[in-house]
Amino acid sequence: MSAVAFVLAIPLVAAAILAALPGYRLSAGINVAASLLSFLCALSLLVARPVAGPYLMIDDLNVVFIVLNTFVGFTASAFSASYIAHELETGRLTPRHLRFYHAMYQLMMFGMNLALVANNIGLMWVAVELATLTTVVMVGIYRTSAAIEAAWKYFILGSVGIALALFGTILVYLAARPVVGAGTDSMVWTILITQAKNFDPSLLNVAFVFLLLGYGTKVGLAPLHAWLPDAHAEGPTPISAVLSGLLLNVALYALLRFKMLLAANPDALAPGPLMMTLGLASLLFAGFMLYRRRDIKRLFAYSSIEHMGIIVFAFGMAGPIGNFAGLLQMTMHSLTKSAIFYSVGHVAQVKGSQRLSDIGGLTTSHPVLGWGLVAGVAAIAGLPPSGVFMSEFLIVSSTFARQPYLATLVALGLLVAFGALLVQVSRMAFGEVRGKVGPVQASYIPMFAHLAIVLIAGIYLPGPLVRWFQHVAALLG
Amino acid sequence: MHGFAFDLAHMLAGLLVLVSLAMLYQDRLYSLINTLALHAVVLALSVAWQAHIQDAPHLYITAMIAIGFKAVAVPIALRRMVFKLGIHREIEAVVGVGITMLAGIGLIALSLVVMLPATTHAEPLAREDIALALSVVLIGLLMMVTRRNAVSQVAGFMSLENGIVLAATGAQGMPLVVEFSVAFSILIAFIVIGIFLFRIRERFDTVDSQALDRFRGERR
Repeated sequence: MSAVAFVLAIPLVAAAILAALPGYRLSAGINVAASLLSFLCALSLLVARPVAGPYLMIDDLNVVFIVLNTFVGFTASAFSASYIAHELETGRLTPRHLRFYHAMYQLMMFGMNLALVANNIGLMWVAVELATLTTVVMVGIYRTSAAIEAAWKYFILGSVGIALALFGTILVYLAARPVVGAGTDSMVWTILITQAKNFDPSLLNVAFVFLLLGYGTKVGLAPLHAWLPDAHAEGPTPISAVLSGLLLNVALYALLRFKMLLAANPDALAPGPLMMTLGLASLLFAGFMLYRRRDIKRLFAYSSIEHMGIIVFAFGMAGPIGNFAGLLQMTMHSLTKSAIFYSVGHVAQVKGSQRLSDIGGLTTSHPVLGWGLVAGVAAIAGLPPSGVFMSEFLIVSSTFARQPYLATLVALGLLVAFGALLVQVSRMAFGEVRGKVGPVQASYIPMFAHLAIVLIAGIYLPGPLVRWFQHVAALLG
Repeated sequence: MHGFAFDLAHMLAGLLVLVSLAMLYQDRLYSLINTLALHAVVLALSVAWQAHIQDAPHLYITAMIAIGFKAVAVPIALRRMVFKLGIHREIEAVVGVGITMLAGIGLIALSLVVMLPATTHAEPLAREDIALALSVVLIGLLMMVTRRNAVSQVAGFMSLENGIVLAATGAQGMPLVVEFSVAFSILIAFIVIGIFLFRIRERFDTVDSQALDRFRGERR
């Protein structure tokens, strides 16, 4: 149990320490150190795996999510250290706010890690709620009217979403009880999955609809996405990176767990078509919306909706290739999107504005930052050498083999989004210099580390990793 | 299990649906808050009765939370807020009362149609409890959609949540119910404190959440 306990205990203890410590330099350092430690503990889970208990478990599926979660959490904390210093200088945040911010950051990491390692579907729900609450607070931290509006909207929509998810969870329990028996066992996932074939299929169906709507709201699927762009745009940029790169994944993970339950029951409805429809709708909707953005962080928030759409579509297609592509796309999206937000954060700080009309000629005025952004956008748009290209190629080609008509829609969505991103990035990065051109104090390491991984993954995926993902894809059914 | 225990459990669950419907046509904030408190009281009675017939003492804690927190503390906080903000006379519904009521009745029918066939194998008590709980949830959602005022959205959310607690207690032997109700209470406390702390009134001059839309970055 030890390594799992550490993955949970480190953020929790760090949150308590950070809540008590004044002085932002020290707490930023502790924040980075705690995140690094959690990452190392998560890595150790790859080697030594504890036995599943009634509340916590590690299996091949969630270990991927945990390692990714703690890794991006670590790099985001490093980025946050340099980002926050600037916010303090400009007076957007006070030292008191920062103390709160750092404590909340670790609490949020705790919530997400707990949701990922939970073996109990009830505990998982509580953890997702905790992660939601902490991010709501972080989104509203600037206390401008726009930030409060974003936090309120996120709050109300997120609350309704997780309320529906809880209703679905209760229904799953009801379905499980006649088979497994009353009590805690009926909520333990490892027991549920072995018994799922005997559950009442009609109850499972209704449950899944609620879970899909509930957790789907948190994933940011198209008709339920309204909170996402606001929350990304108005909060501090490290939080935007974590929201896009991690929190959406956590909700997706919860959805996948329940999808596996449904897939294990032969009489239940196939979850695939529902997920594919929502995913495709998100992809197409967000693809077109990208053209009309005027705010840089909103632009990439819509790009996140688009990518979550692709990922949910891929998992909906299922099969070994669909799941493999979905997993790969999810990993690549997390890394690339957070790298983009790292550069966007510094861009917005230099320009003193998030409006696209105030940002121009970045490659001339700030070459490193500008080219970093261009590289990130090229990767997320799916240009060839990046890992995103590979996963999107897999998705489109495997869809062609099975559902040619759908594949044209997917390809259309990808192309539309590609064009939009290209138009927007060329306005930001090239041409005449617009906006302020002050010096930038940025830490480029997190951004380029992510981009390097994405690039390497696009050129060469190590054999063990491929086999691992294939194995997980088989698990997902 | 049939007989008196069953009938009373049903009556209380049905009463909760009835109070939910009553919330839909309240056109003053104070009376809405009173109805919300009544909603919580009915929920507490229903949960306490479930605790009794299921012989599950931990459910009494959930009932206590419903009484102490939802029926007393939150309504008092909301009343003070309404008084301080001076909005006791306003309530803005997007659609008229008649249509909302019809929609509410339609939602009850919908939840019965969806849940009863889906739960044929569950025992009757849990089965009809779940169907009624779903209608409470849906009416809560309807209320959040049809009201623009932040305070009445909170009321809608709370009634939605009461429906979920009803479902959770109706599912016999469900673990973590107390934890769920605590987690939800924290959530609601957060919302209420949020309205207080952020002083939505002070910044926007109104708690009409539609006014918040004007502050979106994209509509300049």
